[in-house]
Parts: sequence; C-alpha cells; structure tokens
Amino acid sequence: MSSHEQADVAVIGGGPAGLAAAAEAKAAGASRVLLLERDDRVGGILNQQVHDGFGTKVFNEALTGPEYAAIYEDRVNEREVETWLKTHVINVTKDRLITVHSDKGLRTIEAGSVVLSMGCRERTRGAIGTAGTRPAGVFTAGAVQNYMNVRNLAVGRKVVILGSGDIGLIMARRLKLEGAEVVCVAEILPQPSGIGANLVRCLEDFDIPLYLSTTVVEIHGKSRVTGVTLAEVGPKMGEKKGTRRFIECDTLLLSVGLIPENELTNKIGIITNPVTTGAVVDDSFRTSVPGIFSCGNVLQVHDVVDYATMESEKAGTAAAIWATTGKLPDADIKVSAGAGLRYVLPATISGTDAVDFTMRSWREEHDQSVIFKSGGEEVRRLRMPHMEPAGMIRVRVGKGRFRRIVNNELTVEVGA
Amino acid sequence: MPDKFDVAIIGGGVVGCAIARELSRYQLRVVVLERAADVARGTSGKNSGVVHTGINVPTGSRKAALNVAGARVFEDFCKDLDVPFDRVGKVIVALEEDQTPDLESLMARGIANGVPDLEIIDSATLKRMEPNISGAAALNVPTAAIACPYSLNIALAESSAEAGVEFMLNSPVTAINGDEGDFQITTPGGTVNAALIVNSAGLFSDKIARMVGIKRWRIWPCRGEYVILDKRAGSLINSMVYPVPPKGGAGLGVHITPTTDGNILLGPSADYTNDADDVRTTPKIRRQLLKEAAEFLPALSPRDVITAYSGMRPKLVPSKVGGFGDFVLEEVPEQLGMMNLVGIESPGLTASPAIADEISGWVRERIPAKKNSNFKGKWTAVDRVRDETPEKIDALIGEDPAYGEIICRCEMVTRKEIIDSINNGLEATSLNAIKYRSRATMGRCQGGFCGPRIIDLLIENGHSPESLTLTGGDSWLFLGSVEDLRKGRTREAVEAGN
Repeated sequence: MSSHEQADVAVIGGGPAGLAAAAEAKAAGASRVLLLERDDRVGGILNQQVHDGFGTKVFNEALTGPEYAAIYEDRVNEREVETWLKTHVINVTKDRLITVHSDKGLRTIEAGSVVLSMGCRERTRGAIGTAGTRPAGVFTAGAVQNYMNVRNLAVGRKVVILGSGDIGLIMARRLKLEGAEVVCVAEILPQPSGIGANLVRCLEDFDIPLYLSTTVVEIHGKSRVTGVTLAEVGPKMGEKKGTRRFIECDTLLLSVGLIPENELTNKIGIITNPVTTGAVVDDSFRTSVPGIFSCGNVLQVHDVVDYATMESEKAGTAAAIWATTGKLPDADIKVSAGAGLRYVLPATISGTDAVDFTMRSWREEHDQSVIFKSGGEEVRRLRMPHMEPAGMIRVRVGKGRFRRIVNNELTVEVGA
Repeated sequence: MPDKFDVAIIGGGVVGCAIARELSRYQLRVVVLERAADVARGTSGKNSGVVHTGINVPTGSRKAALNVAGARVFEDFCKDLDVPFDRVGKVIVALEEDQTPDLESLMARGIANGVPDLEIIDSATLKRMEPNISGAAALNVPTAAIACPYSLNIALAESSAEAGVEFMLNSPVTAINGDEGDFQITTPGGTVNAALIVNSAGLFSDKIARMVGIKRWRIWPCRGEYVILDKRAGSLINSMVYPVPPKGGAGLGVHITPTTDGNILLGPSADYTNDADDVRTTPKIRRQLLKEAAEFLPALSPRDVITAYSGMRPKLVPSKVGGFGDFVLEEVPEQLGMMNLVGIESPGLTASPAIADEISGWVRERIPAKKNSNFKGKWTAVDRVRDETPEKIDALIGEDPAYGEIICRCEMVTRKEIIDSINNGLEATSLNAIKYRSRATMGRCQGGFCGPRIIDLLIENGHSPESLTLTGGDSWLFLGSVEDLRKGRTREAVEAGN
C-alpha cells in the first residue's frame, strides 16, 4: 500500500448528499474531513441537470443543478474539506478502514466516522426484462441527459420514452426543445411515476402524450432501434390481448426507476431495509455498524434534492460528533410504517430532539392525514391535501411530542 | 496486404480463429474474413462457456474424438493466451429417483468416451457439494471446466494478428469463384485471392458451401436464450449444475453455469428459427428459465437478473428430427481446396483446438511451410487490475497512472484497460468491441456510469461521435451534436461533413 491516512470523517460520494455531509461535518468540529469522489468533479448527477427548480426549499429560489452544486462545492472548499477526485473506494471494513484506488496508488484511510452517500443508479433494460432484439438506441434517461447536457451529443431524432420517472419527463421536454420528435411516454403503472408538476411542465405544455397502463413489450431493429411495440397492461401487469401497436422510432429512453448504490453498504454487512434497499438508520443517520452513517439517495430515493441536502447535513453533523466525542443519543424508540405507507424513516429515534420523518405512501391519497401513534394514542397528526407514491412525504415532529410515547414504540400511518 | 493468400478462413468465430492461430505458427499468408465488426459475434461469443468432458457425445463419433482431444489440451490452450479457465466441475442432477437410470447411462457413455473420475453421488453428498441444490442423485463430473468463450476467441484472433494473420472485419463473403490454388473471394470491400479456403462460417457455413455449388448441408439455426445473474448470486453454486438432458432435445437442458467472472448463467433455451440473426429475447423464455432453474436452486431471485441475451446454434438437424448431428470437417469432390466445417455446435468451443490441429495438418499437407518466428507461444492481452494483488496494482499504477483511474466500477476496469481495448490488434472499434475486451459495461449498471466515459476515450482516440457504433454497421450511437439535432441534420450528413 502506498500510504495510510487518518481522518475524523470520510464521506464516500461527492454528490449533493456527500457535499452537504462533508461541509456540516467540518462545521460541527471534525478537524480532518475527506470527501472521496470517483468522478473528476464533485456535484454528482446535478452537473448534468441544467434545468431549474433546485433549491426552492433550501434557498427559496429555483436554481439549475450546476448552480445548486456550486454553492455546496464552494462551501466544502471554504471549510477546507479535503476533496479527493478520481478516487474510487474499493473497500470499507466494519472498523472503518477504507481502501481507495486512484492514480496515487492504493491508499488506506482510518476514519473516525464514515458517511455513505453513494447515490443511486438507473434501472436498465436488462433489469426490467424488455423483450426483443438488442440494437443500438436503447438508453437510460440519465445517460441521455449526460450525453446531451455534458457532452453535447444527440442520441436520436424520433424517441419513445418508457417510464414516467422525473428524469424521463425532463428529458422528454429537453429532446423536444432541441428538435427531436418525442412520440410518447408509456407508463406501465396506472398512475405516473414522476411528480405532478413535471407532468404539466414537461408533457402537457409540449403536447407529448402519456399512455398509462402501457408498456413496451418488444424492441425492434437489428442494428439500430427501428421501432417498439406498445401494449396495454391489466391490473396485474399482464399484457391485454389485442392492444399491441407498433411505433416507429430510432431511440428508446428508459426512465424506469432508480436503484440505490448499496453495494458497499452490503459488503460491510450493514443491515438494510428491504423496501428502500438502503441502510436501516436512526435519527442521527447511524447505521447498524457503529461509526458508519448513511444519507441521500443511497439511503432512500428522494424526489427533491433539497431534502437530500437537509438529511445529509444532519448525518454529517452526527458523524462529526461521533468522531470527536464518541457520543450520540441512544435511539431506543422503534418506528414502524403502518397502514397506507410503504416505509418510514428513521427506523429508531432518541426522542431527545425534533425529527424529520420521511415516508412514501402506497397510493395516491387526497385529504388524508399522516398520523403518529404510540400505545394506541395519537402523538401527532398532519393533514395532507395530496399524497402520491412519486412524492416523498416529510413530516417534522417536535421533541415535546415524544413525551407521549409509551413502550418505546411509534407507528406512522395514513388515516382520515 | 498480399496479392494472394495461402489460406482464407471465412468466419472469425472460435473455430476460425483457433485455426488462424494454429496456422500462424508457420510462414503462411493467412486472412480471416469476418462479416461482423468484430470476431466472436456469432455462436462463439454467446454460449455457456463450458469445456465439455465428452459424456454427452455419441461414442465413436467425430464429435466425440474432437471433444475429448480438445478437452485434454484446453487448460493449456487458455493458459497460453491468458484466458480465464476454471475447472469447477459439473453435477448432472436427477430431480427424482426415476431419472437415476439416465445418470447411469450417461456415466457409461462417459466411461466409453474416456472421461475420467465419473461417479454417481447420492442426495446427501450432493447437498454437501452444493448446499443450495436439491436433487435425488447426481452424476459428478469433476473434470468439467469453464472458460470465457469470447475472451478466448478474441485472444486467438489478436495473437494471430500479431503473428501476421490479416483480419478483414465487416467483410461478408458474397461470392466465391476460381478453383483450388486460385480462389477469388468477393466481399463488399474488394476481392481476396487465396489458394485454399477454410469455411468456418458457422451459422452461414451452408450458404458459403452453396457459393461453390455444394448443396449437401443445411443449417437449422436454433436460438438459445440466457439470463445472466449479478455476481452477488455467484456464491449460490460451486460447480455447473445440469439437468438430465431432455430426450431428443436440441440442447442439454437449462443449466446453471458459473462464469469465470463470477456471474451465473441460466439457460439456454432451444427454439428453432429461420433467421440466424434473430437473437431476440422473450419474456416467456426468461420466465421459463427462471422457473426451471429454480427447481434445482430454490434460492434464486429474479432480482438478481442483470440482463438477458441469446445465442444461436448452427444445427445440422431440423427440429422434427431433433437431437444432434455429427461435426462435419470435409473437403468434398464438388470443390477441392475448400475445407468445410459445418454443424460445429456444442461442444465446438471445447473441440476448437483439436479442429485447428486437424485443419492445420490439411493445409500444410498442401502448402508446406517453415516455422514463423513471430509466433508467440505465450500471449497476454493486458494486465487486468481486477485480477491482481494490491502490491501488483500499486506497481501498475506506478508504471502508468491510467491504471489508477477506474472507469467501469461494476467490473473494476481502468482507463488503461479501456485504452488498450480501443487500440486492439484487430482495429475493431465498436462499443461492444471494447466491452468484450475489457468487460466494461457488463456489470449491474450496464454502462450507465462508464458509457459516457468510454465514449470520451473513443473520441480522444480520434473517433468522431457520429462514427461510433454499438456493434458496427448501422448500429450508430449518436447522430451528431445537439446542434445537429436542432438543425435537422441527418447522421449521414454530419458524418459526411455537410
């Protein structure tokens, strides 16, 4: 090994989550904070997101992705976080010994705390099992966003988009604005996967049709995509007979979901939640392995970057406190998702401070409430005019409310 | 390029390239004509990668002799070319007691074919060897092995090219004229003259034979679909797990095969088709493969599927006959000077060194040649960081910092390996040419992260974006810049500079 280094806090991944965590770790008193990034710059996926709408919660204004990233990049630089670019983490042990691979050779870092903020990747054609030939012209939406916005490359002229995730919707608009023909967006679910605002701004305003309960059942073309076959699906996702239709196109864009990059998390042996596939954490964003924290999209896929930032700032602060004092409040109160919710985070809380709970609902709901209960009694209730599976729900509960908790258990559910 | 070659090999699959390598030991002028943009693009690149021992082939057949001879030398064959090989062994599993007689007859045939160390094991022994596999009994075949089929094919080609063999990619043969000693072979890029022809065109070997009036063979393409599982599922099995072969089936049944890279393959199915290029995948077969494999391996999860792909068998028997034909290695009276290799399906990979040996003899009987001093017995493509010790990785990075930059994180492929793959000896430039040489884009993200970075390196190495392809031909990736899109230019216009 070329060298052995020590750090109070090592942050893995320099996207929005890692930037926020590193900046706050430094502010909270960690003396040496390392931010490890595999790319040649920090900012992660924000670098390719040239549309605006970032920062409305944190800065109360709509910034582009690169503008949003630049604020945090400046912040880590001002606070003297050490950023190692083109640095690939190949291993992390339970004792927080990190091995990195870079053009300086293999190095090890002994870290007081480790923050996992690796983000997520896009689900691919192989993972969803789209049938047909294997021609050129099938891209994930994020890859096309990168090719267009970072590398100035156009992938095709006549495009079908499968999946109504937010990146797919944004790319529909982007392609249309640059002169491509976006034939349609097909969504296998009966409801859109992207947030409502994007449906209006990206599809309706540009007359791009959205076909719900519809999917691509076959890809055509031996060399380059020549078209796709769409079909409607029934309630159990089975293809409806007689609904097949061929659509000519030269490009198929996939916006069919994001997968948190938890390979390192799993390799370390951290306990994960089968719903989010991310780590199980407490209200300090501690994982099951002492001194290892997780935040951002690797923990749970966020809909809005601002919330990933806020979450990661807390994780960075906690990581610094743990590294410098070895003390964080015990989180003995168990939190579980009840009726109507797919999951709720964190999994345990200390009750010593306010907590921002994050969760997602199973279905679209109108005029329902998110209800926190303990021992059968309500602890807090918040009226929600609208909930949709595509949107993350975020509810703050003040520490005073936690006095009502009995038996160290708290359930969160959707109710009237 | 010489005016005239001694030997033209039609088809750059594993058999054609093994012959090229064998002939490159001698001072012979050899050309390989390949219709695709790279070698290993047909049957040879998409199969189970199994080095068969010879239990499945009829005793006394040509196939049995070549299979057993090939299996004997295969480990060294791979070692000489720095190709991954692993003697993982195989268990052929009887799900129910009533299949045990089938295991016994397989074992008897294996013994007759000279396969060593065969034994029938009971359910408990199977459980000890393969804790995740359930079955009533099994035939243990400890000498069965796996190799990386496309790496072998590429190494054979690139080592031959380095020793002086010419490779003409994107060169489908459209006509053959002339006679032994003076053949004229037409391709879209021009005519190639050669004294002898080796027809190793695999799925198209019948069509090549027909160009010189040989009508006795017909290839029946038979598609085999596979699904490939994430490396995290790789530890579920230790050896290859096969079912008892279905009677009269076109294949050996859906098997569970580890790859030399630590993934698992499920497949292949067997579906006859009229179009040898129709390598589609279907949801029906995908479900079926997962279901059949789960009968042996209940721990299998559909979540572990990375992707699906299909290969194509060049079968000499139609579906209504079923089963397998023997390998054909024949020079026939209708056209002397042309060696036809027809119906080389499984175990063609295993047999390839033995076939190469035999064909080299046939060539040298007609054209005696001295040894070629440029031939290297041991050949290495590039150092691969993922296979190295930490000390060696440090040393490599010290030599060249490009080893320090990981481009494909799923498969741990560095910038240096990508650049070496771009500058391959065959001048194959498609994205898939880089994929099959470096493994970049083969992992769980399927190129989501590294794709754009590989494109950057291709552009840095002198390729224009609009000239880049996935697999050569019309498989273009970009029509041009965003401005070209906005201005309504076609890709062809951008490429022509208009």
